[in-house]
Amino acid sequence: MAVERILKDEASEEKGERARMASFVGAMAIADLVKTTLGPKGMDKILQSTGRGHQVTVTNDGATILKSLHIDNPAAKVLVDISKVQDDEVGDGTTSVVVLAGELLREAEKLVAAKIHPMTIISAECARSALLQKVMDNKEDAEKFTSDLMKIAMTTLSSKILSQDKEHFAKLAVDAVMRLKGSTNLEAIQIIKKPGGSLKDSFLDEGFILDKKIGIGQPKRIENAKILVANTAMDTDKVKIYGARVRVDSMSRVAEIEGAEKEKMREKVQKIIAHGINCFVNRQLIYNFPEELFADAGILAIEHADFDGIERLALVTGGEIASTFDNPESVKLGHCKLIEEIMIGKDKLIHFSGVEMGQACTIVLRGASHHVLDEAERSLHDALCVLSQTINDSRVILGGGWPEMVMAKEVDELAHKTPGKKSHAIEAFSRALLAIPTIIADNAGLDSAELISQLRAEHHKEGCTAGIDVIFGSVGDMVELGISESFKVKQAILLSATEATEMILRVDEIITCAPRKREDRM
Amino acid sequence: MALAFDEFGRPFIILKEQEQKTRLRGLDAQKANISAGKAVARILRTSLGPKGMDKMLQSPDGDVTITNDGATILEQMDVDNQIAKLMVELSRSQDYEIGDGTTGVVVMAGALLEQAEKLLERGIHPIRIAEGYELASRIAVEHLERIAQKFEFGLSNTESLVQTCMTTLSSKIVNRCKRDLADIAVKAVLAVADLERRDVNLDLIKVEGKVGGKLEETELIYGIIVDKDMSHPQMPKRIEDAKIAILTCPFEPPKPKTKHKVDIDTVEKFQNLRQQEQKYFDDMVQKCKDVGATLVICQWGFDDEANHLLMHRNLPAVRWVGGVELELIAIATGGRIVPRFQELTPEKLGKAGLVREKSFGTTKDRMLYIEHCANSRAVTIFIRGGNKMMIEETKRSIHDALCVARNLIRNNYIVYGGGSAEISCSIAVEAAADRYPGVEQYAIRGFADALDAIPMALAENSGLQPIETLSAVKSQQIKENNPFCGIDCNDAGTNDMREQFVFETLIGKQQQILLATQVVKMILKIDDVISPSDY
Repeated sequence: MAVERILKDEASEEKGERARMASFVGAMAIADLVKTTLGPKGMDKILQSTGRGHQVTVTNDGATILKSLHIDNPAAKVLVDISKVQDDEVGDGTTSVVVLAGELLREAEKLVAAKIHPMTIISAECARSALLQKVMDNKEDAEKFTSDLMKIAMTTLSSKILSQDKEHFAKLAVDAVMRLKGSTNLEAIQIIKKPGGSLKDSFLDEGFILDKKIGIGQPKRIENAKILVANTAMDTDKVKIYGARVRVDSMSRVAEIEGAEKEKMREKVQKIIAHGINCFVNRQLIYNFPEELFADAGILAIEHADFDGIERLALVTGGEIASTFDNPESVKLGHCKLIEEIMIGKDKLIHFSGVEMGQACTIVLRGASHHVLDEAERSLHDALCVLSQTINDSRVILGGGWPEMVMAKEVDELAHKTPGKKSHAIEAFSRALLAIPTIIADNAGLDSAELISQLRAEHHKEGCTAGIDVIFGSVGDMVELGISESFKVKQAILLSATEATEMILRVDEIITCAPRKREDRM
Repeated sequence: MALAFDEFGRPFIILKEQEQKTRLRGLDAQKANISAGKAVARILRTSLGPKGMDKMLQSPDGDVTITNDGATILEQMDVDNQIAKLMVELSRSQDYEIGDGTTGVVVMAGALLEQAEKLLERGIHPIRIAEGYELASRIAVEHLERIAQKFEFGLSNTESLVQTCMTTLSSKIVNRCKRDLADIAVKAVLAVADLERRDVNLDLIKVEGKVGGKLEETELIYGIIVDKDMSHPQMPKRIEDAKIAILTCPFEPPKPKTKHKVDIDTVEKFQNLRQQEQKYFDDMVQKCKDVGATLVICQWGFDDEANHLLMHRNLPAVRWVGGVELELIAIATGGRIVPRFQELTPEKLGKAGLVREKSFGTTKDRMLYIEHCANSRAVTIFIRGGNKMMIEETKRSIHDALCVARNLIRNNYIVYGGGSAEISCSIAVEAAADRYPGVEQYAIRGFADALDAIPMALAENSGLQPIETLSAVKSQQIKENNPFCGIDCNDAGTNDMREQFVFETLIGKQQQILLATQVVKMILKIDDVISPSDY
């Protein structure tokens, strides 16, 4: 008797070896996709969206690339997910984590083909990650903190579009992060992108720049400003009592009500003015009428500052975000030395300088095109993330494939000591680790086989600091070259890559449900 | 197809639209049903035990779930066949009742069906098989009670509880840190357990997850975590000795339920209304302040103005907190949920030693911790992990562990795992079979064989020779008269499950056998399947 069909019509089911093959192939395809973007000489990808206008993004940020892909393979989705989490958690290493997971799976595939049960591979993997942490925990370096940060920033940036001016940008990023004083709240750093000029013209502004125009007829320059940051309706104040409506029987009544409304607004403006301010920033619209009133009182009124802008402004100037204005004496006003309109390119912006709380700052990026600016922003974001995480966890390790080499060596030693089938899997792990420096070298157009073997020989000595020097195409001393990475990033890469590999390896069956029917709107 | 004719030779219509229906009868129907049930069991078979594999499931929307929890796999599987749906139900009811052993129950049912098929082929009537199974299951359950051991634990001696939870967790992806998680689960259950009444309300344990970090960072919090932040960015991020007002009314002017209209036709009315409106907000905030609240948690949103007034009066607030969370907060802090501002009194405030906001990662993720509560009977398990699927699977694993710990508090009898209980039952049932004179004897023997399927699957999944291992263990059990020998899945070098500390709950095991038998009986009784054909 034929086995009945258990699943729904379009659902499919794949078992055992086939399922494992499907997930290996899918995951490795993803890893190969982003592989070429790894390292300082990695290449970029052009992504064209399917949305309206077919927007084009040029990037080499792993998370950005993977986010934009439409993927059907479930194992590939796991990899995309770890890359996303890496982005959220530490901000950098989004490519490395996928590549490492891909390499681990590639090695695992060989082992499975050699008839080693996946569970054996997994149990061996657990043993290794514990070891890795031990190896790297030794590297503590709390001194020379700023210079370390600088090095990390430069290493992060060197693989991005900003690599030409990496020193400039590294300095920008370090300065910005140092201003945060240990908080990881990157919202306080505002990035404004203005096309025009060159990347070198980008600068960090200690004050705060609001991408808004000053109302007409209002002062363009205010010294010793007292700022009221508000979130209130400055169009028509709605009556919020439920069910209220205006019912009138003649035109004159309409006029009266209108007058009352105007009066109400005037009162509100008076109350605001009574705070003794000379600058008023609102999150919502300001209608012409109140704007005029403000202009009359010589107050600078800025409307429609977005929510982030308001929050940052409140943070910078030390004021509070107000929505009622009945007791002026207890509202905390923000202060700054100078507000003025400045020009960047052909755009006018409002610049607040000499602010009280030095936490927030603004980075103005300049560049030839939107694509360049977008990519620059992403790169800078990566650097900022890494730096802010490093401030919390100040352990620093060397870069340029150094940590991979050290780990590979340790893991190899462990493999020699371990009896049983597990040792094969442990060895495979070390091979997967070696793949990362190999790919970096390959991407730089170097002879990877030669370089890696040299490197391995170097690392056989105690306390070696050698890594790949991509610029000269040789083995170099990473301490001298000043290439450093954050410990936290490396740790996160290792952990999530192993976790993901373990998950994929444990799968022996894939059941795909029938895709949900969608109304075709075309 | 059934056709009946009356005395004039005209056909009766028995089934409506008979041509469009497919129908299976008699032995064919039973065999088709059995094969469907077996197919489901076969899918789950490889997930059994500590070395069981996971399944990857892709939902209709393309989301990926990776799990080896039987109930979850079956629930997400998009099953179409009726009998297969019965198996899904079976696993679900085990999940509701016990929470663990959802895979085992399906594998057991599959094995019973397989035996039934053989018996059917020998011409035994399905009802007789069903009766035999019933008898056998009773024998097995009684035998389980005999070999079960009472085990003692107290608030200070939790080691044995932890061991049992570890057995459950060892088959999941989290087995890397099963010790930590088992500890967490046991502590959580003991924190909310009512040892007098021997009951645990699992609703008091909230399981919250957030991607990022690593599994080892999973922690137990004696308090509540809410995935919300303060309503105003400048409100304090840390409140000590908080007095919490828990509100289900919005900070908005009241909305009477009856329909009404306020007509404005004069300027005075307009102004009156405005003042009234301002007074509302003021009053509301003032009321909260008057009763001495230092934190407001509200189920609804606030108006901008109310928000600022709260901020202004130094009254931090959280908005849009879900109903379930609100209840948990109320339980944890010993407060009362207040539906109207007028009813706010100092006694109704909840108390917490510390409320703090914590931010995660590089994005704007913030969560609110409410800790050191007046009543520590509500706890939260906060899971971290490398990716979303990992978190989800950990949540399911923790849930299983919690259920096991709860079952032990309800009934502290245990049996030993690793298939030892099944093997022991199998021997007992086999021995008992000879005492029954009727045809049932065969069915009872079949049941004994089916019981062997679970240790067999365990051995197979662990990469051992299934038949060899099983027969070795079985003979050992009989020779040494030791019902605690099982399959050595972890390669620990001993067969005695007492030494390996592999426990399972007695009620969980009994329930597995009873539920599986019931479903199989039901499937065997079906002899006619009429279904609309699709084409």
